[in-house]
Amino acid sequence: MKSTGKLARTALALLAGTAVAISASGAWAQAKDNRIELQWWHAMTGALNERVNEIAEGFNKGQDKYKVVAVNKGSYPETLTAAMAAFRAGKGPHIVQVFEVGTGTMMASRAAIKPVHELMAQNGYKFDPGSYISAVTGYYSTADGKMLSYPFNSSTPVMYYNKDAFEKAGLDPNKPPKTWQEFDPILKKLKASGSTCPFQSNWQTWVQLENFSALHNVPFASKSNGFDGFDTELQFNSPLHVRHITQLQTWMKEGLMVYGGRKNEANAKFVSGECAIHMESSAGYATFARGAKFKWGISMLPYYSDVAGAPQNSIIGGASLWVLAKHKTEEYKGVAQFFDYLTSTENQVWWHKVTGYLPITPMSYEATKQQGFYAANPGTDTSVQQMMLKTPTNNSKGLRLGNFVQIRDVMDEELEAVWSGKKSPKEALDTAVERGNRLLRQFERDAKRS
Amino acid sequence: MEKRVVFQNRYLPYLLIAPQIAITIIFFFWPASQAVVQSVLREDAFGTRSYFVGLENFIALFEDEYYLNSFKITALFSTLVTTIGLSLSLLLAVTADRLVRGTTAYKTLLIWPYAVAPAVAGALWGFVFLPGPGIFAWLLLQAGVDWNFHLNGDQAMFVVVVAATWKQISYNFLFFLAGLQSIPKSLIEAAAIDGAGPIRRFWTVVFPLLSPTLFFLVVVNVVYAFFETFGVIHSLTRGGPAKSTEILVYKVWYDGFEAQDLGGSAAQSVILMVIVIALTVVQFRYIERKVHY
Repeated sequence: MKSTGKLARTALALLAGTAVAISASGAWAQAKDNRIELQWWHAMTGALNERVNEIAEGFNKGQDKYKVVAVNKGSYPETLTAAMAAFRAGKGPHIVQVFEVGTGTMMASRAAIKPVHELMAQNGYKFDPGSYISAVTGYYSTADGKMLSYPFNSSTPVMYYNKDAFEKAGLDPNKPPKTWQEFDPILKKLKASGSTCPFQSNWQTWVQLENFSALHNVPFASKSNGFDGFDTELQFNSPLHVRHITQLQTWMKEGLMVYGGRKNEANAKFVSGECAIHMESSAGYATFARGAKFKWGISMLPYYSDVAGAPQNSIIGGASLWVLAKHKTEEYKGVAQFFDYLTSTENQVWWHKVTGYLPITPMSYEATKQQGFYAANPGTDTSVQQMMLKTPTNNSKGLRLGNFVQIRDVMDEELEAVWSGKKSPKEALDTAVERGNRLLRQFERDAKRS
Repeated sequence: MEKRVVFQNRYLPYLLIAPQIAITIIFFFWPASQAVVQSVLREDAFGTRSYFVGLENFIALFEDEYYLNSFKITALFSTLVTTIGLSLSLLLAVTADRLVRGTTAYKTLLIWPYAVAPAVAGALWGFVFLPGPGIFAWLLLQAGVDWNFHLNGDQAMFVVVVAATWKQISYNFLFFLAGLQSIPKSLIEAAAIDGAGPIRRFWTVVFPLLSPTLFFLVVVNVVYAFFETFGVIHSLTRGGPAKSTEILVYKVWYDGFEAQDLGGSAAQSVILMVIVIALTVVQFRYIERKVHY
C-alpha cells in the first residue's frame, strides 16, 4: 500500500510538471506568433500537396498579419464532408477546396458560404469579370458573371497519343486525328500493327458526355446547363449523344477501344505504352512527362465534323476554393488578401507550369507564352487553346447541377451497362437521364423549401 | 434455489451500474435518437436549414427501385456468406477434430484470417482477382472465362462473397470445434456399437447436438454479412458495378457521405436499426430456450 502511494505521488508530480511545461511552451508559442490563423482545407495529395504548402508558405512569408494553414483532409468528398461537419460544430475552416461537381450543393447552402465577389468587394479589391478567362471562371460564377468561388485547380480533358505507336502503324506521328470520323481508320491501323489497346478514355462521363456536349455546342441539360435555375432537366440522350456512345460501343466490340475504369486508373496503361490514344485531364501532363518512355504528343479532343459549330470550346473540371460563412471580418480581410496573392500573374504562371492546371487570367497565359514555356514544352498550351476556341455559349459555360455526385455515378453505371452489352446506348442514356432527373427534382424540392 | 446478494448501501448498485448506463446512452441512445430525428427532416449539407417532412424520406426510399434492389442484394449476399462460410468451416472443424497429430499448427493457421482487417482482406482478394496481374484472374482467363469483376455484376458478387467468407471462416471454425469437442464421446461410441457408420453418426448424433452452436453462428454470420463487410466491399467494388454489390450498409454510407443526403441516409439507418432489433430478439429468444452453458 505504501509503495503504491509513493508511485502515485511520483506520477502525479510528473504529470503536474509536464502540464506546467506544456502550458509554458504554449504561452511562449502564442507570444511569438500572434498572427491571425486562416484554415485552408484541401484534397491535394502527393506532389500537389507539396505545391499547396509552398503557396501557403509564400503567402505567410510575404506579410506578417495572417498565417494560412493548409491542411489535407483526404479525398474531395472527404474534405467536403469534413468541412460540413466542422461547420455544423461551429469550427468550419475559412477556405475549403470543393470539386466542381459539388458546386451546386455549395450554392444551395447559401447561409454557409460567403461569395467570393462579395468578399473581394467588401475588402476593397476591385473585381472585374473581364480580367479572367471566362471559360474557367464562368463555371463558378452566377449567370451575370459574379464569381462565387475561387477557381483554384482547373483542367480540361485533352488527347494524349503515343507517337512511337503511330509510327509503328505507318501513321504520321505529327498528325493525330482531329475528328471522330478520322478515328476509325487510324484505330484499325493501330490494331493491325499489333496494339491490344488502340484507344481508351479516362473520366468517361466528364470527357465523353459533358465535354462532348460543350464541344459540339449542344445542351447537356436545359436552362443553360442549369445556370438559369434548379428546374433544369438533363438532355444528354439526344441523337448526337446516342450516335457517339454507339460509336464507342462499336469500337469496344471490335477491340479498337478498351474500357479502363471510371476515374484515371487507365493512366498506367498509357504510361506503359500499352494504349496508343488516351484521353485524360490536362493535369495528367506531369504523370506522363515523368513516366512515359516513348515519344508522345498532345492534341485537342476530336469532334464530329458534320455537326454545325463544332468544335465550340471544352469545359473545365477540378476544384475551386469556397469561403465559409460565420468568420470574423478581420479574418475575411486575410482571405481576400490571400486570393489576391493567388491571382498575381507570377503565382498563376508558376502554378500553371508546375501542375498543368489552367491559368485563370489571360495575362498569365501571355506571360507563360512570352517566357517560352510552351515552345520548350510543346502541347502544354493545347488545354488553354481548347478552352478559348470560341466565346463560351450557354451550352459550354459549364454545368450547374444539384446532386451531381450521384448523377455522375448514374451515368457511369449506365455507360458500364452499355460496355458490358447489357443495354443499348439509347436505352442506357434514356435511363440515365430519367434517373438523373429524379435526383434533380429532389434537389429542387429541397432548395425550394428555403 | 436462487442466491441473492444484498447490497448494504442503497446507492452503491446505481453507482456501479452508472458507467455502463453512461456508455450506452452516449454511444447508443444519443446517436440512435439523432438518427430518428434526422430521418424525418430534410436539411442542406451544412445544417443551416432544416425542415420537418414527416415520412417523406421513408416513402422516397421505398419508391426507389435501387433501395429495394439493395435489400435483395443484401439477402443474397448474407445467405451466400452464411451458408458457404458455415459449411466450409464445419467441414474444416470436423476434419480438425479427427486429427491426431499437428492439430495445433492446423488450428493456428485456420484462425489467422480472423486477425486480418476487412479492408486488407478486400485489397488482398482484389489483387488475386484483378484482371491482368491477378493469379486467379489469369487462371480464369486461361479457362476461357471473360473475367472482369469491375464490369460484370455477378463476378463482382462472387469476389465479394469469397473475401467476406474467407474472413469469417476462422470464427465459425473455432465455435464448431468447441461444439464438437463438448459432445460426449460415449454417445458417439454407443452409436458406433449399434452399427452406425461415420456419416450416419455425424448426421444423427453429432449434428443435432451441434444445433445450438449452429444457430448461434447463423445469427452472428448474418449480422456480420449485414454490418461488418463494409470494408471488404469498399475496397473491392465500391458497391458496383451498377450497384450490384451495394448492400444496405454500404448505401447508408454512400448516401450520407458521398451524396450528402443526410435525411435519406438517416432513414435507412432507422430501418437497419429495426432489422437489428428483430435479429436480436430472435437470437435471445432462441438461445434462452436451446442453449445450455
